[in-house]
Amino acid sequence: MPETPKIHADHLNIWFGPVYALKSLTLKIADKEILGIIGPANSGKSTFLRALNRLNDLNPKFRMEGSVSIDGKNINESDANTLRKKVGMVFALPTPLPVSIYENIVYGVRRNGLRNKQKLDGIVETTLKAAYLWDEVKDRLQSPGMKLSGGQQQRLCIARTLAVEPDIILYDEPCSGLDPISTAKIEEAMFRFKEKYTQILVTNNTKQAARVSDRTAFFLMGEMLEIDVTERIFTSPSHQRTNDYISGRFG
Amino acid sequence: MKISAHITQKIVFTILLLATLVVILPVLLIIFIIVRDGIGAISWEFLTAMPKMGMRSGGIFPAIIGTLYLVTGTLIFALPLGILSAIYLTEYAADNVLTRMVKFAIINLAGVPSVVYGLFGLGIFVVFLKFGSSILAGSLTLAIMVLPVIVTTSKEALDSVPQSFREVSRSLGATKWQTIRHAVLPHALPGILTGIILAVSRAAGETAPILFTVAAFYLPRLPQSIFDQAMALPYHLYVISTQVPNVEVKIRYGTALVLLVMVLSMNFLAIVVRSQFRKKQKW
Amino acid sequence: MHERGLSLRRFKEFVIESAIYASGVLVIIFVVLIFLFLAKEGLALFKTVSLSEFFFGKKWYPISEPPQFGIFPLFLGSLLVTLGATIISVPVGVASAIYIAEVAPARTKEILKSGIELLAAIPSVVLGFIGMVTLVPLVKTVFKLPTGLTAFSGALVLAFMAMPTIVSIAEDALNAVPRRYKEAALALGATRWQAIWRVTLRAASSGIVAAIMLGIGRVIGETMAVMMMTGNAARIPHSIFNPVRTLTATIAAEMGETVQGSDHYFALFAIGIILFIISFIINLIADFALHRKRL
Repeated sequence: MPETPKIHADHLNIWFGPVYALKSLTLKIADKEILGIIGPANSGKSTFLRALNRLNDLNPKFRMEGSVSIDGKNINESDANTLRKKVGMVFALPTPLPVSIYENIVYGVRRNGLRNKQKLDGIVETTLKAAYLWDEVKDRLQSPGMKLSGGQQQRLCIARTLAVEPDIILYDEPCSGLDPISTAKIEEAMFRFKEKYTQILVTNNTKQAARVSDRTAFFLMGEMLEIDVTERIFTSPSHQRTNDYISGRFG
Repeated sequence: MKISAHITQKIVFTILLLATLVVILPVLLIIFIIVRDGIGAISWEFLTAMPKMGMRSGGIFPAIIGTLYLVTGTLIFALPLGILSAIYLTEYAADNVLTRMVKFAIINLAGVPSVVYGLFGLGIFVVFLKFGSSILAGSLTLAIMVLPVIVTTSKEALDSVPQSFREVSRSLGATKWQTIRHAVLPHALPGILTGIILAVSRAAGETAPILFTVAAFYLPRLPQSIFDQAMALPYHLYVISTQVPNVEVKIRYGTALVLLVMVLSMNFLAIVVRSQFRKKQKW
Repeated sequence: MHERGLSLRRFKEFVIESAIYASGVLVIIFVVLIFLFLAKEGLALFKTVSLSEFFFGKKWYPISEPPQFGIFPLFLGSLLVTLGATIISVPVGVASAIYIAEVAPARTKEILKSGIELLAAIPSVVLGFIGMVTLVPLVKTVFKLPTGLTAFSGALVLAFMAMPTIVSIAEDALNAVPRRYKEAALALGATRWQAIWRVTLRAASSGIVAAIMLGIGRVIGETMAVMMMTGNAARIPHSIFNPVRTLTATIAAEMGETVQGSDHYFALFAIGIILFIISFIINLIADFALHRKRL
């Protein structure tokens, strides 16, 4: 790619205690692309994702060598909390906090000190619309977030992430428990987001990666085996193992 | 063979049930006796008047007030320290020797005999820091004594908040303390409240720690400052049962009843709060 | 505006987090402080009284001329009462714990547990009072004694004070045994009792040991109920039906009458050191037993 990549992982090695989770990963991600990451369980996909917003730091056994740079700057040299506002994450299990829909969405911006009610209202509306949830909940913003259905909860979590205005959105198997309609709505949102955000999608569902991502990477046992334009990965991958995984022979 | 095993089981289970009844029934019996023999003494005058005739009649008002002052003082010192310690243990402490020592220290504080707390309170607050026998000394002594109760229940409450809340909060850019303050503490409050209620109940009922640090046999006036001595319900009960002859039986039972009601109703409240908390936990 | 807010917030966080760390460590400091203050006053006794005279002396006459500070009768008093209470409370308490944890139906379980909690909550002075007015005369008539104020009466009431501790910790230990252990035994054809006896109890044994130790600790440390029921005779008892004086009651009964800085004063603190050390050792053993289980 021509200019500075949005995200650049350079010989990234990660251990959790004695477990060698990510083996010398080098990878460049372009601005506003959607990168899909597929692979069997325990391949290091989530570990890589969590390295990008330094969520691994919360684990006392975490150790890392190599570097990750975003917009050219090494993320270990900047403040982790500021980084996490720039790099948002949507988790596998929808995790609304046990507060109202409204409070869920403004949680992040409130911590930044924003209190102006009109601005907060505006953020709630904008983000819920972007997450394709506004019409379903606009009349009950004060009701508990946990009372929504699984698919609605996940869209709430997406809206919550959008509220702090990130550049990059990370998705860790976001649709794993969801019905097809919710999944479709979320994928639709991801397409819309391409205008504003760089997105990385870790998914167990190879078809989803095929539908959504520009490029796809295949992770196996802590290493990135290959990465290419999605169409090529799914039609003529370079590695036999990639082909085996995609065709369902294992994983 | 199977048949005799079943009969064995029936016999054993009956014995176990009897053992449990041996534990529970006396509680009911004690409560019954105290209510039966003490209710006759309870009147508005009893609860609000000063004792007269060397405590043989009149009321127990100063003892009630003294206990209330002591409990308040205890909470003022023990609450912030206890909750902060619990937060330290759940959110900040690493898995190392120091943490193990802190946890062991709490177990020890919980096990120290109450009269030894009295000695400690005497040695450090009354004598060394020169507070004298006072509400201040008594409250500080009781505060250290109930600290383990607050720490343990608060720690349980904080532990029960799912880790995912913390993760979500951090991933949105909140700092560690912001996460504790906004994503963890609010949802641990009912559990923490249980601990507070239990601590209050403990502080109200203990005699030995206040014997040499604050308790007075008889005070003609209510305490005016934290450096004054105070009367207290548990000490009052002890005194009128063992030191003052010819006190009407009814008054003794009445005092016991007031103390029992105060303590048991707080414990009952704690049990209710805790079970509501557990039911409402939607996670 | 956000910039200035940020550094103020960072400062506030620093203050709060320092307070949190301090609070954590303060607990350790309290334990050390308690020991230090006890030692400060208690060890002063040994300037005038020898260690063996204190520990093994059979005469506790603190106000005679010259005073004698032998704690052996007091130690025996505590021992007798503790032993008596333990013999009663351990089997009953453990049996109760088994019933509540393994046999009782769910709703009864909650009621029973609340009942035990309420028993634990009754102040010791109230139990001492009731024991004094009901149990003591009963013991006197049933056993035909000159007085009902005996180690036996104290032991009975103390057993009740220890039971909630034993029951709740033993019950926790039983509940912590993974269900699949018991289910495996049941699947092999064992009756419920056989499964409990052979599998659950064995697995929970170190937790139950911890429960017993902590129950004993509770008994040793008890003051008010004992003071009101055992007669306050600082003499070597010849049977459990004699009046006795425990270590704890001695401190409570006599501290009010000592002069600060006198040998009597120091002697009571020295007894305090002993009680502190005993409870420390008991907690050490109980903690070890509990941690051994969490493999």
